[in-house]
Amino acid sequence: MIELDHISKLYDGRRVVDDLSLQVAQGSVCVLIGPSGCGKSTTLRMINALVTADEGRILVDGQDVRAGDPPELRRRIGYVIQSGGLFPHWTVADNIATVPRLLRWPEAKVSARVAELVRLVGLDGIEADRRFPHQLSGGQQQRVGVARALAADPPVLLMDEPFGALDPVTRRSLQDELRAIHASTGKTIVFVTHDMDEALKLADRVVVMDGGRIVQDGAPRAIVTDPASDLIRGFVGGEEALLRLLARLTVGDAMRAVETATDAVTIGRDESLSVALSRMLVHGRLPLSVLAPDGQPVGRLTFEDLSAVLAR
Amino acid sequence: MRLADVASPAVLTLLIGTGVTLLACSLLVQSRPVAAATAVLLLIAFAAILWAAGSGATILAAGKSPGARTSLGLGFWLLASAPVLCLVDLSQQAALRPTARGVIVLAGVAIAVGLVAGGVFDNVSVMREYRAHADTFRAELMRHAILVAAAVTIVLLLGLPLGISGFRRPRFGERLLSVLGIIQTVPSIALFGLLIGPLTSLGQALPWAGAIGIAGIGTTPAVIALVLYGLLPLVRNTIAGLEAVSPAVIDAARGNGMRDRQILIMVTLPLALPVILSGLRIVSVQTVGLAVVAALIGAGGLGTFVFQGLGQNAIDLVMLGVLPTVTFALAVDAVFALFASKGVHS
Repeated sequence: MIELDHISKLYDGRRVVDDLSLQVAQGSVCVLIGPSGCGKSTTLRMINALVTADEGRILVDGQDVRAGDPPELRRRIGYVIQSGGLFPHWTVADNIATVPRLLRWPEAKVSARVAELVRLVGLDGIEADRRFPHQLSGGQQQRVGVARALAADPPVLLMDEPFGALDPVTRRSLQDELRAIHASTGKTIVFVTHDMDEALKLADRVVVMDGGRIVQDGAPRAIVTDPASDLIRGFVGGEEALLRLLARLTVGDAMRAVETATDAVTIGRDESLSVALSRMLVHGRLPLSVLAPDGQPVGRLTFEDLSAVLAR
Repeated sequence: MRLADVASPAVLTLLIGTGVTLLACSLLVQSRPVAAATAVLLLIAFAAILWAAGSGATILAAGKSPGARTSLGLGFWLLASAPVLCLVDLSQQAALRPTARGVIVLAGVAIAVGLVAGGVFDNVSVMREYRAHADTFRAELMRHAILVAAAVTIVLLLGLPLGISGFRRPRFGERLLSVLGIIQTVPSIALFGLLIGPLTSLGQALPWAGAIGIAGIGTTPAVIALVLYGLLPLVRNTIAGLEAVSPAVIDAARGNGMRDRQILIMVTLPLALPVILSGLRIVSVQTVGLAVVAALIGAGGLGTFVFQGLGQNAIDLVMLGVLPTVTFALAVDAVFALFASKGVHS
């Protein structure tokens, strides 16, 4: 649980963050989004005390971040930045082991944890204890960055445009993996981006910022279907954004359970709803029979179900 | 005196042989093996030229009075510098790695020192001077090395912390660099002279200062002057090296919970190390040369022979100071070249 209570930050008398209050629930993914200079990065960096709030207070799990020793605090909060910020003179394994070693874990525990994380972020087989960051691709480097942030199993993860410098394909695959990691670890994640697609894909909750204030705060669906202002409407990308929402949901989220396959066209339960829509368009609005990964029919999906799930 | 009169047939054959092979090499396509072979041949040519000069002096001395002297003329210096220039050109053309350059320089130094130690030059006038001053030469060489080692150690102990604080507080860093830059513009002889006054009064005013060797002349002012000159390259490179570390890396280090001291020791200093080492290399080579002037204020070292020689108009005695200094500087530089190529990931 992270609580930001009426916080402000001033640079040269200008309010970069202006009386901002926000509560991030345990285990949720909260995405801060907005144009550059809106104060989203500054807000993020105040949570691990890299920036000190001039007004208000910030609590992480009930503890005021200014009360303790900042380095101690940061070792309990994972931190990932754009283009990795990996230590170029350390091997991949040493990079991942940064926080466990700062916490003086026994070396056997450190190497076991590193091996576990290398698997978790999908870097098996890269010889982590021999490779240096410059020998990896941008996407691999960013995976190392994520592994380093997760190393000491912190309950909270702060991510500052972590995938901003990657090509679209790599970025999407890392977003998918982050969702999988979140699903399996249940971390509380605060994520900064200026990419609405990324926000809609990852967030449980989207916080739109402008001029150091929150201008809208809600579930991805609410931001898309009911933007609070023209600025947000433009930022979301208008009605087209509904398609992005569909991409984020799976057939399983919208189908009705039926145990017989009555339709000619089928679709997997774990496919995204945008794939389902495409299939309907190709075959002319037919209902689809939904199959589980083992091939058993588990449900039925109609065009009306798609509209209904967006209206929910 | 012509080469043919004093060179044995063996020496002449060796000289001509390597010359012809070198010409052939220059016609070949440049590749790493050819470059390596050429370097070896050039080193052999260098050795042959030195050997020819030394053995020529021995031939000339035969049957003459012990007072007779053979000086190395302009022709020798031109001839000996030819393979050296060729090696410099070769290492640039073939883009040799620092390790290879270091090995070549060390081999050249070893050849020169080996021939001298082997007695090849015993009848050349510089070596006659050496024999006349053999007892003092060893002591002065030692003093020279101690002066350099003391100055470089102090530069490292002072310059590293100064550079680190100059990096942390940029305004202090700027002022520090401009002060050190001004010191650098003071001619060395003037700086040595300028220190005499204040240090003499200091040594007289404070008995304990005098007791630890602070005086107007001698080793202390010499080391102080060498340190003042050496600080600029080290401080400048330390600041530049630390500034070159990516801000993202420092942000990540802080964000992952490193303390300022840990960031410095674990991240920024190791990343700045190659630049700091190249500063230390400049300091060391420069100090070997500058330490010659220290003889002027009674600190001894190889400069003793240079200034004695200048005073007596004895060029061979000057050479007895200059040649070992140059060799010393080259060897120091080559050792750093070997160091620098090791274990630097960036």
